[in-house]
Amino acid sequence: MRNKYSVFSLIKNALSYHENWQRAWKDPTPQKEYDAVIVGGGGHGLATAYYLAKKHNMNNIAVVEKGWIGGGNTGRNTTIIRSNYLWDASAGLYDHALKIWEGLSQELNYNVMFSQRGVMNLAHNLQDVRDLKRRTHANRLNGIDAVYLSTEEVNKFCPIINTSPDIRYPVLGGTLQRRAGTARHDAVAWGYARGADAMGVDIIQNCEVKGIKRKGDSVEGIETSKGFIKTKKVGVVAAGHSSVIANMAGLKLPLESKPLQALVSEPVKPIIDTVVMSNAVHAYVSQSDKGELVIGAGTDDYVSYTQKGSHQIVEGTLNAILELYPIFSRMRMLRQWGGIVDICPDASPILSKTSIKGLYFNCGWGTGGFKATPGSGDLFAHTIANDEPHKLNAAFNLNRFVSGDLVDEHGAAAVAH
Amino acid sequence: MFLINCPYCGERDQQEFKAGGEAHIERPKQPTELSDDEWAEYLFMRKNIKGVQYERWNHAHGCRKWFNVVRDTSNDEIKAIYKMGEKPPSQ
Repeated sequence: MRNKYSVFSLIKNALSYHENWQRAWKDPTPQKEYDAVIVGGGGHGLATAYYLAKKHNMNNIAVVEKGWIGGGNTGRNTTIIRSNYLWDASAGLYDHALKIWEGLSQELNYNVMFSQRGVMNLAHNLQDVRDLKRRTHANRLNGIDAVYLSTEEVNKFCPIINTSPDIRYPVLGGTLQRRAGTARHDAVAWGYARGADAMGVDIIQNCEVKGIKRKGDSVEGIETSKGFIKTKKVGVVAAGHSSVIANMAGLKLPLESKPLQALVSEPVKPIIDTVVMSNAVHAYVSQSDKGELVIGAGTDDYVSYTQKGSHQIVEGTLNAILELYPIFSRMRMLRQWGGIVDICPDASPILSKTSIKGLYFNCGWGTGGFKATPGSGDLFAHTIANDEPHKLNAAFNLNRFVSGDLVDEHGAAAVAH
Repeated sequence: MFLINCPYCGERDQQEFKAGGEAHIERPKQPTELSDDEWAEYLFMRKNIKGVQYERWNHAHGCRKWFNVVRDTSNDEIKAIYKMGEKPPSQ
């Protein structure tokens, strides 16, 4: 039985110097057979397992993870959550996730530190202004909160932004989604892991998938570094390594894996109480609860699995940050890192069945998957359990690259990809 | 970040180059006779290899010529460089 976290358990454990907290999840050895196996123990994979157990009564399932849970892109992103996407399909998908975020800490009994501090997107040229206004209208038609701000309103909402008309890319306006914000990325993985484990899901870490065994057009199981696991359903949620797993099953995906970088500064007192993103100059920044500025840079244009990235990408982002926020000119950056993001040609994700029965892919989230974690898990669990997509992820099938029915969010999603 | 030995200009910083994606994807000879599946394969499906990959690069801020590179995507190490139209080196 899983103990509930509460103020009373906190006091009780304080009396024993916090030495007797129950383990948040077990460390099981894999069984010979499961009803379903999720490949990839990041936020999306753990959420999938959680909702499979909770909503679809599939408790005899496992999550296999090559490293440790939440050690991939879940622990490497800039934690921004928003749903202000242009197209109806995307709006439905991302707002579904945002609605789950709003009650997630209570649902998981785990504080994911979801903070609806608002996300502001800036316009720097006339086309930006037109695009952002159009997106604001589209958002509101889809029931998503969005307002357009003038330069003065941008300045009022976030006074440290340089709104002078003399800078190279002056701020001509912006949009604001107040329900958007940030969450604590590790807590999301840990909360879902704890919740899934409590319902009987085996979370198997340090277990790398080496092959996918097929019998004709159906999945029979997976070869792992901890032996063969028999299963009829495999849900792959491997982010940047999705193509590697797909190749094991003889599939090709429309993905390219590229390094995406982020960096944090030394911690300082509260200075920016929202998230500001700027598509045209590619700079986005927020402040963590520890006080670090969290800055997202762009992707490199070549395929690489190195989790590094090029120096000039970071340099370009910091140039833009300094022009927009002169107050940061003497800040020192503490850490820089890269993650491998799997980018689709239309910059929209894939949550889909495949031509192989029992093999499902949840991938292609590219540079912006964190925000969708709860929704992605919920819809992917639905897809795996019913062998049919939910209406909210029906548009995000693999077949759209054959039919041509793409969800082109490249320039429309309020941030460059 | 790495150096690329342009076959026309010599060794330069990767920053001067533009990546052109997977190499040796042949343009369909009879486009009108292609099925939707074949179009999807040509336009969108990529090997996206973790390991040795054949790819195209363009010296965008130099001679602006295209050429091919064999690169290990797991550590960004370049194995070979050859001009367009030349036979790819076997591994």
